[in-house]
Amino acid sequence: MAIRTLDVPLHDALPEAHGWGRALGLFIRKNPLGAAGALLAILLIVAAIFADVLATHNPIRTSSRVLVAPGSEFWLGTDNLGRDLWSRLVYGSRISLLVGIASTLLGAVAGGLVGLVSGYMGGKTDLVAQRLMDIMQALPILVLALVMAAALGPSLTNTIIAISVVIAPRAARVVRASVLAIREFVYVESARALGARHARIALRHVLPNTFGPFVVLVTAQLGGAILAEAALSFLGLGIPEPYPSWGRMLSIAAAEYARKAPWLVIYPGLAISFAVFGTNLLGDALRDTLDPRLRGN
Amino acid sequence: MKVYVFKRLVIAGVTLLGMSILIFVLMRLAPGNITDIIFESAGYVDEADRRKLEAELGIDKPVAIQYTRWLGEFVRGDLGKSYRYDLPAWEVIKPRLPVSLELAFIALVFSIVLGVPAGVISAVSRGRPIDYVLRVLSLAGLSMPSFWLGMIVILLLVRALGWIPSMTYVSPFENLGANLFQFLLPGLAVGYRSSALIMRITRSTMLEVLREDYIRTAWAKGQRQTFVVWRHALKNASLPVITLIGIEFAFLIGGLIVTETVFNLPGVARYLVDAIQFRDYPIVQNLVMLIAVVVVFANLTVDLLYTWLDPRIKYGNA
Repeated sequence: MAIRTLDVPLHDALPEAHGWGRALGLFIRKNPLGAAGALLAILLIVAAIFADVLATHNPIRTSSRVLVAPGSEFWLGTDNLGRDLWSRLVYGSRISLLVGIASTLLGAVAGGLVGLVSGYMGGKTDLVAQRLMDIMQALPILVLALVMAAALGPSLTNTIIAISVVIAPRAARVVRASVLAIREFVYVESARALGARHARIALRHVLPNTFGPFVVLVTAQLGGAILAEAALSFLGLGIPEPYPSWGRMLSIAAAEYARKAPWLVIYPGLAISFAVFGTNLLGDALRDTLDPRLRGN
Repeated sequence: MKVYVFKRLVIAGVTLLGMSILIFVLMRLAPGNITDIIFESAGYVDEADRRKLEAELGIDKPVAIQYTRWLGEFVRGDLGKSYRYDLPAWEVIKPRLPVSLELAFIALVFSIVLGVPAGVISAVSRGRPIDYVLRVLSLAGLSMPSFWLGMIVILLLVRALGWIPSMTYVSPFENLGANLFQFLLPGLAVGYRSSALIMRITRSTMLEVLREDYIRTAWAKGQRQTFVVWRHALKNASLPVITLIGIEFAFLIGGLIVTETVFNLPGVARYLVDAIQFRDYPIVQNLVMLIAVVVVFANLTVDLLYTWLDPRIKYGNA
């Protein structure tokens, strides 16, 4: 018996291969908000990488020229200690990005592992792990981060740890949920039938398939992590001086000079808002692309 | 139902017990003990005084005994002593509670009043310019630090109107109008952020509900759009929205911390920051525990509200 073949030429059945430019154009047209987010995120990364080139002054050197209004010499003016605001903002992008990415990854990986083990093992392990995660989520994000930061003392590393602890239970929940679904798939059963050990199944067969939701989670939490750093530093419990942290720049000291030098309040806040806005837009677009089930439309 | 309520109460109890251990351990991560911190500012430490204080605080006892003693005191409503004010902590917290509650309530009202209609409108006009505008506005709300929003609002008032908002707290019993006026801006600053979350969840559940058969039937019967959307659809879309509002309560407390600081309102959240900054650790421990209790019970209330809102959910045999 002859097998009927499809008499449609392959290149007609499949959409024509697009060049990178056209793919980009399609993404922008289909997802203008996501593209805007990607642009903002790229700007943030460029500022962080090329801070040495972009900065016009030393961001931490104080001078006698305090509270100079924005102009040709100091693009965004100077602060109460005579430091150039533009240069501080540019270097501040490094802090925001470093704390944001490091704490999100640390929290997501740690939480993700808990979620993997708890979802895969099930039973008592799952019960205990889930209760633990519940407990950690019973406090508002900022309160837990605040107490952690206060207990550990203000420093760059401790800020990262404090924020990652807050992110971990959320990551655990997301990964666990997808592990529970993947565990029931036939290919996992066949791996088990072939005699694969638990560790191998969990790491080789289950873990890679949780990647989509994991990436979505990481991008979604990134904005929150940047905001948390800003709030902690604003309260004086995050990044200590002389690091130029955007949140720290807005602290009570800036508020005191707000009427005389409004730029001290306006620009650091704009920097935080645009960075978080960009990562949030990008996160939404990634979620829609990678995980259509969460799209909600 | 009774079984379900009982089960939920047990889970809430276990969560709070775990929370208390977590907080207790966290507070002991800080280098040095409380006596070091209290004596630090004095610069001079008399060993006898110090031991006397250690005994008074009970920190010369084993950790397990310290923990059970603290928990016992907390359950009985004894919140310890504030070293900064040299007063029982409850005396310091009591006048501050209404301030935070009022702010949280006003913020919650703002977040619902702004968030729910925005979500519904956005869902109904999905893909149209108004949908994009509302989504960008809500995402902007999620992206701006609420303390910065507060600072900008104050700055704008000063610049545009030449009017400096009063930075001293007015009690509602003294002058209700002035009090409400004072809470309006901080309430809006906190509420805007929460409204963004409420808008997003309202939009996505509305989109789901609007596709259901009974909505099509309602359209087919020729019912007016306002009736279909706001009565038929929103009613069934409200369940996840209400969950979120419950969870929002926790977010709000986070927002209060920075907003009370910016607007100089003497609330509990502000006191927590003060206590941390002045390392009044016994108070921090109790305040955080108090917040945990509030959050856990807010979630519990929301869960119980479900049965009332959605008769399909039966918890008796859950």
